[in-house]
Amino acid sequence: MALIKDGSPAWLVLADGQVFKGRSFGETGTVIGEVVFTTGMTGYQETLTDPSYYGQIVTQTFPLIGNYGVNSQDFESTQSYVSGYIVREWCNAPSNFRSEDSIDHFLKRHHIIGLCGIDTRRLTRSLREAGVMNGAITTSDPTEIMDTLLSQIRAYSIVDAVKTVTGTESHTYTPDNVKYRVVLLDFGYKRYIRKSLMNRACEVIVVPAGTTAEEIAAIAPDGIMLSNGPGDPAENTQVIENLKSIAKLGIPIFGICLGHQLMALAMGAKTEKLHYGHRGANQPVIDLVSGKTYVTSQNHGYAVVGDTLDKSVGEVSHINANDKSCEGIRYTAVNAFTVQFHPEAHGGPLDTAYLFDEFTSRMDAYKEGK
Amino acid sequence: MPLRSDIKKVLVIGSGPIVIGQAAEFDYAGAQACRALKQEGLEVVLINSNPATIMTDKAMADHIYIEPLTLDTVKRVIEIEKPDSVLSTLGGQTGLTLSMQLAAEGFLDSHNVKLLGANPETIHKAEDRQAFKDTMEKIGEPCIPSKVVETVEDAVDFAKVISYPVIVRPAFTLGGTGGGIANNEDELRDIATNGLRLSPITQVLIEKCISGWKEIEFEVIRDSKGNVITVCSMENFDPVGVHTGDSIVIAPAVTLSDREYQMLRTASLNIISELKVEGGCNCQFALHPESMEYAVIEVNPRVSRSSALASKATGYPIAKVATRIAIGYTLDEIINQVTGKTYACFEPALDYVVIKFPKWAFDKFVYAKRTLGTQMKATGEVMAIGTSFEQAMMKAVRSTELGVDSMNMKKFEEMSVEQLLEHVRKGVEDERSFEVFALLKKGVSIQKIHEITLIDEWFLDKLLNLVELENWLAEGELTEEKYSIAKQYGYLDSTIERISGQKCPIHQSAVYKMVDTCAGEFKAETPYFYSTYDEENEAKQFMERTDKGRKKVIVFGSGPIRIGQGIEFDYCSVHCVWTLKSLGYEAIICNNNPETVSTDFDTGDRLYFDPLTPEDVDNIIETEKPYGVVVQFGGQTAIKLTRHLADSGVNILGTSADNIDAAEDRERFDELLEQCGIPRPEGFTVMTTKEAIKVADKLGYPVLLRPSYVLGGQNMIIAHSDQDVVEYMDIITSHMIENPVLIDKYMMGTEVEVDAICDGTDFLIPGIMEHIERAGVHSGDSISVYPAQNLSAKVRETIIEYTRRLSLALHVIGLVNIQYVVYRGEVYVIEVNPRSSRTVPYISKVTGIPMVDIATKILFGATLKELGYKSGLYPEGDYVAVKVPVFSFEKLQDVDTMLGPEMKSTGECLGIGHNFEDALLKGLVAAGYDLKREGGVLISVRDSEKREIVPIAEKFSRMGFDLYATSGTASYLNRNMIATNTVRKISEGSPNTIDLLESGKIHYMISTSAKGRMPARDSVKMRRKSIERSICSLTAVDTANALANVLLSGRSMDDVKLVDITKI
Repeated sequence: MALIKDGSPAWLVLADGQVFKGRSFGETGTVIGEVVFTTGMTGYQETLTDPSYYGQIVTQTFPLIGNYGVNSQDFESTQSYVSGYIVREWCNAPSNFRSEDSIDHFLKRHHIIGLCGIDTRRLTRSLREAGVMNGAITTSDPTEIMDTLLSQIRAYSIVDAVKTVTGTESHTYTPDNVKYRVVLLDFGYKRYIRKSLMNRACEVIVVPAGTTAEEIAAIAPDGIMLSNGPGDPAENTQVIENLKSIAKLGIPIFGICLGHQLMALAMGAKTEKLHYGHRGANQPVIDLVSGKTYVTSQNHGYAVVGDTLDKSVGEVSHINANDKSCEGIRYTAVNAFTVQFHPEAHGGPLDTAYLFDEFTSRMDAYKEGK
Repeated sequence: MPLRSDIKKVLVIGSGPIVIGQAAEFDYAGAQACRALKQEGLEVVLINSNPATIMTDKAMADHIYIEPLTLDTVKRVIEIEKPDSVLSTLGGQTGLTLSMQLAAEGFLDSHNVKLLGANPETIHKAEDRQAFKDTMEKIGEPCIPSKVVETVEDAVDFAKVISYPVIVRPAFTLGGTGGGIANNEDELRDIATNGLRLSPITQVLIEKCISGWKEIEFEVIRDSKGNVITVCSMENFDPVGVHTGDSIVIAPAVTLSDREYQMLRTASLNIISELKVEGGCNCQFALHPESMEYAVIEVNPRVSRSSALASKATGYPIAKVATRIAIGYTLDEIINQVTGKTYACFEPALDYVVIKFPKWAFDKFVYAKRTLGTQMKATGEVMAIGTSFEQAMMKAVRSTELGVDSMNMKKFEEMSVEQLLEHVRKGVEDERSFEVFALLKKGVSIQKIHEITLIDEWFLDKLLNLVELENWLAEGELTEEKYSIAKQYGYLDSTIERISGQKCPIHQSAVYKMVDTCAGEFKAETPYFYSTYDEENEAKQFMERTDKGRKKVIVFGSGPIRIGQGIEFDYCSVHCVWTLKSLGYEAIICNNNPETVSTDFDTGDRLYFDPLTPEDVDNIIETEKPYGVVVQFGGQTAIKLTRHLADSGVNILGTSADNIDAAEDRERFDELLEQCGIPRPEGFTVMTTKEAIKVADKLGYPVLLRPSYVLGGQNMIIAHSDQDVVEYMDIITSHMIENPVLIDKYMMGTEVEVDAICDGTDFLIPGIMEHIERAGVHSGDSISVYPAQNLSAKVRETIIEYTRRLSLALHVIGLVNIQYVVYRGEVYVIEVNPRSSRTVPYISKVTGIPMVDIATKILFGATLKELGYKSGLYPEGDYVAVKVPVFSFEKLQDVDTMLGPEMKSTGECLGIGHNFEDALLKGLVAAGYDLKREGGVLISVRDSEKREIVPIAEKFSRMGFDLYATSGTASYLNRNMIATNTVRKISEGSPNTIDLLESGKIHYMISTSAKGRMPARDSVKMRRKSIERSICSLTAVDTANALANVLLSGRSMDDVKLVDITKI
């Protein structure tokens, strides 16, 4: 009850001039970002801590958020990367045995500006029609400063995304028994990628995004994992250059999300910005080899243009069942396979976790051949 | 894989009569299946004994058999029609069990019939308790500690191992029939004995009781390629212990973190993949509230009640998709009808919450045990969609038509905290959520309530939000802000005014959001909407986009299935919509029942899934601005809206509000009858017990008492003494029924029923129905025969003439239902309902007159003449049709099974034959009568019927039955030269009637008593015992006589022809 009537006013201003008035939660102030929506009905804590959302104001289409609170085990990174957070209603009395805090406190602690009490479906439909749009959440009445604010909003773009979220030094994570050694290139990786590897007896060495082929070769890993991450893949020119050399090492490579896009760019394909992206836990992906469709977790605004991939380099292995966009590539020229979706899930379905097993099989083969 | 080329002609097996645990959802599923099959160009053969269904309609299948759902009959249909396949998974447990029996016997193989939708191995693994446990063990899915036993001693031994309380679950029974929770050995012995008897394979599962765990369900679909998806998750408000059919359910699950959600989702996928289900499947889990521990409770490898709910909750048409999968398609080949662009191989995302609220019959069965447990008791349910839990809950509560518009229930408000707590501690009853709300309102903490009820704090906190809102409304000025927040929480203007004691400062109208399966991610054109208080009205935008300039007509549906208002009104509403569409109107449906065809979003041009109260309806009208509205097909739920709509200036198509009132208002109705020169049983209106006794004495007993506005004979009794009148008036006043009570002279004559269509000038009676039971048994509980068999020409003419006079005097436009009693050769009117009735579907089917279609055309100015019908009674056809009621007594403890003026049946079957005897035989077999031709008959009748029972007893005696009777009846029969054994009454010590019923010697019991209802009475105990022992119990001498005649004829189902009604 406290929720629906309390909370000072807050506004969302979109680049096209639309204004949504709601109430504030989390931090107060003004923030500008790219406004996107995600349709996942659970997994808000994972969303809030997924570095891929850097620079974005995330809208939850499910109206009741925070029901099971926030716990310390389900974070996908150490902090929250979203610029702002929009929900219809947040829950101030979460109920779950693992809950340690409310989402409101979480946002306050991480200085994330939140907006609640707006018609999130209207916003979602706007974004769907117009495409991703910049916008601002503000807790002070924007009427007077509308023109200035709008020009700031329109001028905004996400830059240096990977540079901002990647770690500066490498860390090694060792599970109880070690069978493989994997280098995880950190473009803003989600913890569960690391965990999925460790669960499969991989020692994981997380290295900064800018790590070169030579540096990796020096570690002598059995496999290389290209992580997810935020922003426009094409802006990472140095990383793309590095990947060309890394691919030549012959070490098995598995890429996820941004890692998939960067690999494709390194191999000569192109990426494009999607109209409003794929964000949610219900995206159907067809595995073109088996013919089976899998429900996947996704979070991306850019995609590889399948047709731009040279057939001699590799083949599109997965497509999105809805818009037929490229969801995965198996390279023939180099020892790599990559997917656009998130087989590590968290949040979202675990149906494609078998891809990590494929990665370990490739590592087995690689080790045998060594 | 596309459509299999080896499938050309498919037999669909329906689910039969509506009983508790198997309701309208299978008409919805079956109708979707038939349509999907026909769209593929396949020839469809249908068998279902339930005539009130839409699936048994000519438009649905090529060959339709309204015949008993027995193994023999289905075999005969297969022999006649020679289908190449049978679809087994869309007709509920009944259809599935029959299909499995056909397969197991090798009948399908020997007739080259393929089994679609399920294979016997899958079903065995899912339904056989031990096989299921083994399968789960194999794939590492945890089950609750349990053991399958076949004797009571084994049950007791195992319970000692796992310790009490334990749950008893009989194998292969509907809605958990015969199950229960045992807290000690005595209780276990009782429940296990009964459960073993009810299980067709004499098997029960003894299971560790895990009350208090969260109950979570997933609806899953799999295809032959191995693609698997979950359509929807659901969480029960009540923790494990209450049958999910009796639980308030919220979709999607709300208190699960992504970890828990994905854990159970993955488990569902693993289970369905291991079972190799091809189609829909329901997985139920118990989840420990304080850990990640979980257990699989149950798996239903078929379309179920939950899948109907999941379909309506998400917009994903599970039955249609499951049917397509059964005939060869895979999920990635089936287009998502909602978006038109995406495929069925995805998981719906919701941007709202859905609440299902069950509807129980305890308002009718005042002595029934209201405790909820493992055996389902609800007859139906409503669904509400909202942008918050609170809003959906408020909508759900008013949709259930409990006489409340919020969570406040007077009887709980009036209880002290201690009384309430004591009540809540006793066990879960149907009104649990209202009790909890009252406790919260009285300031009891969430923690304390959680400790007692184990309901998750999340739900309790949401209810507390409603309490706090109401307290806030009640204090200080009702500001616009307060009003607006109350609207978002789902309150009606009238409720806000009542709680605040102030006028609403403004009025805010609802806007409508679309249900689109994808939370707005894709552009959808689903004409499926729900109301909320928000910024954007998508229904309005949708109308502007799709406007074709057609006139719009709203059809109001009939809400939840309950006794007295069942699936037949959905049949009528859907037919009205179809006709409207064919006439070129835009047909809009408003309803709130997730089990029905009417709430399929492609039935009408638009669907509004919302409550049917005046304000809810006003909002829809404001958005739609219809040319007119139709109220006469949605039962009493829709009729109740008439006065309000007329006052608001809405164009009511058909009989006017004033004339509907004239039929319902006692004084006006009396006046009308006088003008028409039609007699009715003498009667008066009273308000108090004192008045009632005075009037009853004046009329002379027996008298009939009922509230002035009735539904299915609700709270209606025949009183034989002052004492009865006092008992009745006490119950009525305790139920806060404020309308006056009507007392009529009770005439024990033949009851005759007529449905007629009138255009204001001419009238058409498709057929006259005669009841086997004399007046006094509710028409819904009577065996009804068309055409009437025993009316003299004069009586028939009188009935036609009275029908003419009444139809014209009431200016009926459309349908009217009239009930008559023929007493000593004179015709009296009992009741006139200027609306569609329970009998319309069956009369339409057997006479071939599309009654709703004609009535709908008449609403728009057509005349019977133009449509080619003459005024008067339509010529009788070559067939006799007998409608036999079906009861769900085994699910409702302590309910007296004696038939009376208050309706008790939940569904009905139809028997169609060339003569009365054949039709009755079929009807009885369809309704589950065993028709044993030997054994014992126990007779115990009230004094006034002793004389009449003699010839009936003589018939049984002549056929070689052994007769038993209680002392009074026995000596009467023996005096009349019918050899009868005397049995002791219960009070006379053992062995007595109960022992005899337990002995297995008795196959029929004829039991009537002057008084009933009270569970403590001997006669009620005998009748309950016969239900428990599945002994055919006859509580009206007329029924007993009809049954004796059928037995006497010596004919069996083998002797009667099956009828394809499409050829009538």
